[in-house]
Amino acid sequence: MERKEWPLWEVFVRSRNGLDHKHCGSVHAPDAKLALQVARDVYTRRQEGVSIWVVQADHIVASDPDAKPELFDPAEDKIYRHPTFYQLPDEVNHM
Amino acid sequence: MTTPNPAPLAAHLEYVTRLGDNALILGQRMSEWCGHAPVLEEDMALGNMSLDLIGQARMLLTHAGKLEGQGRDEDQLAFLRTEMNYRNLTLCELPNADFGRTMVRNFLFASFQVLLWERLLASHDSELAAIAAKSIKEARYHAQHAGDWVVRLGDGTAESHERTQAALDYLWPYTAEFFVVTPSDEAAAAAGIGPAWSELEAAWEAAVVPVLNEATLTVPARTPFKSWGKFGRHSEHLGHLLSEMQYMQRTYPGAQW
Amino acid sequence: MYTQALDIPQQGADKGPKAVENPAYQAEFDAKIDAGGYIEAKDWMPEAYRKTLVRQISQHAHSEIVGMLPEGNWITRAPTLKRKAILLAKVQDEGGHGLYLYAAAETLGVSRDELLDALHTGKAKYSSIFNYPTLTWADIGVIGWLVDGAAIMNQIPLCKCSYGPYARAMVRICKEESFHQRQGYDLLLTMMKGTDEQREMVQDAVNRWWWPSIMMFGPHDKDSVHSGQSARWGIKRISNDDLRQKFVDATVKQAEVLGVTMPDPALQWNAERGHYDYGAIDWDEFWNVVNGHGQGNVDRLAARVKAWEDGAWVRDAALEHERKRAAREDQAA
Ligand SMILES: [Fe+2]
Ligand SMILES: [Fe+2]
Repeated sequence: MERKEWPLWEVFVRSRNGLDHKHCGSVHAPDAKLALQVARDVYTRRQEGVSIWVVQADHIVASDPDAKPELFDPAEDKIYRHPTFYQLPDEVNHM
Repeated sequence: MTTPNPAPLAAHLEYVTRLGDNALILGQRMSEWCGHAPVLEEDMALGNMSLDLIGQARMLLTHAGKLEGQGRDEDQLAFLRTEMNYRNLTLCELPNADFGRTMVRNFLFASFQVLLWERLLASHDSELAAIAAKSIKEARYHAQHAGDWVVRLGDGTAESHERTQAALDYLWPYTAEFFVVTPSDEAAAAAGIGPAWSELEAAWEAAVVPVLNEATLTVPARTPFKSWGKFGRHSEHLGHLLSEMQYMQRTYPGAQW
Repeated sequence: MYTQALDIPQQGADKGPKAVENPAYQAEFDAKIDAGGYIEAKDWMPEAYRKTLVRQISQHAHSEIVGMLPEGNWITRAPTLKRKAILLAKVQDEGGHGLYLYAAAETLGVSRDELLDALHTGKAKYSSIFNYPTLTWADIGVIGWLVDGAAIMNQIPLCKCSYGPYARAMVRICKEESFHQRQGYDLLLTMMKGTDEQREMVQDAVNRWWWPSIMMFGPHDKDSVHSGQSARWGIKRISNDDLRQKFVDATVKQAEVLGVTMPDPALQWNAERGHYDYGAIDWDEFWNVVNGHGQGNVDRLAARVKAWEDGAWVRDAALEHERKRAAREDQAA
C-alpha cells in the first residue's frame, strides 16, 4: 500500500430545501460511502442539513488565484448588467 | 442447563425493559470509545450512535418505570437495579475489544433492532410504537454504518480479515440468545405489544448473512453454547460495567445531579 | 489559551510548499491584511505567516482532541442518563472542533497525518490545561464553566482572523461552544443546590481549576514572544493579558451566583481600573506543565498514541478494501 492516509473529501451541505449546497468543511474517508456517512456525523449533528455532497478534494478544479485579474476584473465595468443602473420614475421603480 | 426462571415481571414490562436495557448497556459500551477511535471521523460516528442508544434507553426506561407503577424514573432504573434485574442481551455487555469486534457487534445487534422496531411500529402500546418510529431510523443507520465496516474489515487486509473473523467467531454464539423462546415474549406477542423475538430469526439471518458473505467471512455453525442475559443471568462483564456506571448513584444515594 | 504554547518554539510537522518571497505579492498581502480582508488557501502568503498559522491551528486542533480525554474520563460514570448524554455530546463536539481545525490547517499544505505525528512524537504542543486530572464529577462542571469559558473568550476574536479557512472553522466552533459553558454551569448550579458534600466537591474543583484556567491565556504580554507579529497579521486580535482580565471580570460574578469562592485572596474589585485585581500567577507551575512535568502529560499523550496505533490496522484495511473494490470494478467494466 502506497498511500497510508485516507483521502480528503470536501463536504457541501444543503441546509434546507430551496437553498444551495454550501461548502462547510472536509473529512478524511477511504471511500465515498464512508465519506458521506462521516460528513453526516460531523457536519449535521445539529440539524444543519437535509442533503450532503462529498467530492474528493483532488477532483476539484479551482481557478488560479494569480489569474484573478483576468478572470474577475473584466466584469467590473459592466455595470449595465445591474438593475440599479437604470433610473426609472418612482411610480414604476419597483420594476 | 435449563432456562433460568427469574422473578416474574409482567410480560409487558419485561418486554420494554429488555429493549431499554439493550440500548442502555450497548450505549454505555459505545461511549467508552469516545476519544479513542481509529480516526477522528469515527469518534464522531461512534459518539452519535452511542447518543442514539442512550436516547432510546431514556425513553424506554421512562416508559418501563410507568408500566411498573412504583414511581421509578429512568435513572433509578438505569443506575439502581441489581445485576440480575437487568434484562439486556449478553451480547450488548461484552467488552468492546478492538474496533473490529465493536463493528461486528453493532452490525449483528443493529440488524436485529431494525427488525424489532419495524414490527413495533404497529405495537398496541402506542408509547412503544412512537419510540419505534423514532428509533428505527437510528437503527437503520447503525446497521448500515456497521455493515459497511464489516465488509471493509473482512475484505481489507489479511490482518483485518483475521481480526474480523475472530470477532465474528467470538460474538456469533451470543446471537442465539436473541431468539430463545421466552414465556413473557409469547405473552407480549399475544397481547399485541410486539413480536416474540424468536419469530425474527429467519429475517435476521437473511439480513446479516449476505453482508458477512460479502465481507468474505465464514458464518460459524451453531453450537450448544447458550447465554442468558435477557433472563437476568449475565456474563462476568456486566458486573464491572455496572460498578462503573452506577458509581455515582451508589456513592451518593438520593443526590440530585 | 488553546494555543498558549505558541509562545514556545516547536520543530517539525511542516513540510508544506514554501512561498517564493516576492515584494509585489507581499505588498498586496499587506494591503489585504491592513484592510481587514481575508487571505484564502491558494492566495500568496509570506512563508512566516503560513508557518505561524500551521503551528497555531494545529496546536489548537491538538488541544481539542487531547481535551477529549479529561472529560471523557467521566462519560462512563456520569450520574444520570441526561448528564451522560450531555457530556458525551460535549466531548464529541470537541472531537469535531479538532477535525474542523485539522482541515483548516490542511489547506496550508500539511497533512493531518503529519500534524498528528508531530503531536504523537512530542514535537507539537497542546494546551497544558488538559494535563490536569479530573478527580470528581464536579470537575466536569468546572471545566465547562471555566475552561470552555476561557476558550470561548479567546475563540470569539479568532472568528474574524485574517485566514479565511481558520476564521470559518472558528465560526462553526463558537456556535457549538455556547452550549459547553452553559451545561457546565448548569451542572454546578444543580450540585450547589444539593448536599454539603456536593457543595464541597464543587468548591474543591474550583480550587483546583481556577489558577490553571487563568494560566490558559498564556504568559503576560511582556513575556510573550510571538504576540506582536501575530497581532499585525490579524491572527491574534486581543492580547493575553486583556483576554485574561476580561475572563476574570466575567467570572467573579458567576462565582457569586454559584456560591463558590476563588482560591485567590487578592481577587478584588479595583474601582480605579474598573477591573478585578488578581493575585500573582505561579508561572513556574505553568512552565513545568508546559514542559512536560504535569500530572497528566505522559498519560494523555500515551492515550492518544495508543488510539492511533490501535487504529492503524483499521485505517489500512479500509484503504485496501477500497483499492480492491475499485480494481474489481475496473475489471468488470
Ligand atoms: Fe472546543
Ligand atoms: Fe468546548
